[in-house]
Amino acid sequence: MTIFLALLARELRLSLRHGSDTLAAMLFFVIAAALFPLAIGPAPETLGRIAPGIIWVCALLAALLPLDRLFGADLEDGSLDLLLLSGLPASAVAAAKAVAHWLVTGVPLLLAAGPLAVMLRMPDEAISVLLAGLLPGTIVLSLLGTAGAALVLGARRGGVLLPLLVLPLTAPVLIFGVAAADAASGGLSPRPHLLLLAALCAGALPLCPLAAGAGLRSAAE
Amino acid sequence: MLQAEGLAAFRGERLVFAGLSFAVPPGGALLLTGPNGSGKSTLLRVLAGLGRAEAGRLLWDGADALADLPSHAARVRYLGHQDAVKPGLTVAENLRFWGSRAAVSRALAAVDLLRLADLPARMLSAGQKRRLAIARLAIAEAALWLLDEPTLGLDLASVTRFGDLLAAHRARGGIVVAATHLPLPLDGTADLKLG
Repeated sequence: MTIFLALLARELRLSLRHGSDTLAAMLFFVIAAALFPLAIGPAPETLGRIAPGIIWVCALLAALLPLDRLFGADLEDGSLDLLLLSGLPASAVAAAKAVAHWLVTGVPLLLAAGPLAVMLRMPDEAISVLLAGLLPGTIVLSLLGTAGAALVLGARRGGVLLPLLVLPLTAPVLIFGVAAADAASGGLSPRPHLLLLAALCAGALPLCPLAAGAGLRSAAE
Repeated sequence: MLQAEGLAAFRGERLVFAGLSFAVPPGGALLLTGPNGSGKSTLLRVLAGLGRAEAGRLLWDGADALADLPSHAARVRYLGHQDAVKPGLTVAENLRFWGSRAAVSRALAAVDLLRLADLPARMLSAGQKRRLAIARLAIAEAALWLLDEPTLGLDLASVTRFGDLLAAHRARGGIVVAATHLPLPLDGTADLKLG
């Protein structure tokens, strides 16, 4: 556990030193979402209706941005070998990377989503539900993204392969996340959708690090 | 005691060595020699538990070493081709993951990098990066040092200091397995010719 926390601290310190990379995902999220009112017009009823979809899709794409470098830099400079020899199982190394990705990318997205929802004229009662859905949603995105990044590690054109692998897997998260916010703005209970999101999160938590760990081992071989 | 029995490994599609057996006693050193591409690095990665042995067994004190990779990793220090130095971190921060603050200072002093401890690692020269990678070996005790061309790019004084580190490690009963083309500051080594 000490090694896990030390690895997490190292990852966070590295993200802090490369601040521009870290901020890029959040700025992409804000700018991409801000383009929609320009493209489809500022009519509040149209925007407010599709706002959950805009925010979810933009969050999904923004979370993909840093995945390419999640293990890539470590593979290139030889750090990955040392991480696998640090005494942690490979799945724990992957789990630490996933936690770092969520703290550095997921949490800023979560913070930016609220103001964006207001900007897109989402109904007030739906905003809290949107954020409640994004909380487990961003965790699942980080976990799936980590697994995807580990699996394509060492492959030629891995950066192109990665979205093709990860985006289809995130479809359930997108569907239930948007459905929860839509239900809330339509006056229905968002509870079943949020519970399904939480279930997806509970499933991804143990499974994704295992898959990612196997990917890291085979990339090192 | 490190023992290999009939090790074989592939690199890509090619069998680089097969039927390799050797034993290194505590305090011993094994020097891997052979032309480029003869499988020295591959063997070191197999010994570290990073690469996969297609056949044969690796024994540590008589027990299968590769059965439990995390506990094997705990007795291994691996120095690969690459220095694994993060340019964004300072010299000391690069080592901080591997040991306590005091251990980091001790290890940096052993490779004469202590006065550069707070410098970003991107400012280091190639030889200084290699010394930083060597400092990682010294940070905490581990029984088995696996070294891939350890002295590449080092100046004479650094090679001498590295020799002191190796001697201290072997005096504690540690084992050294090194692949190299350059003469290493080691005495009483056994040679294993590959290829």
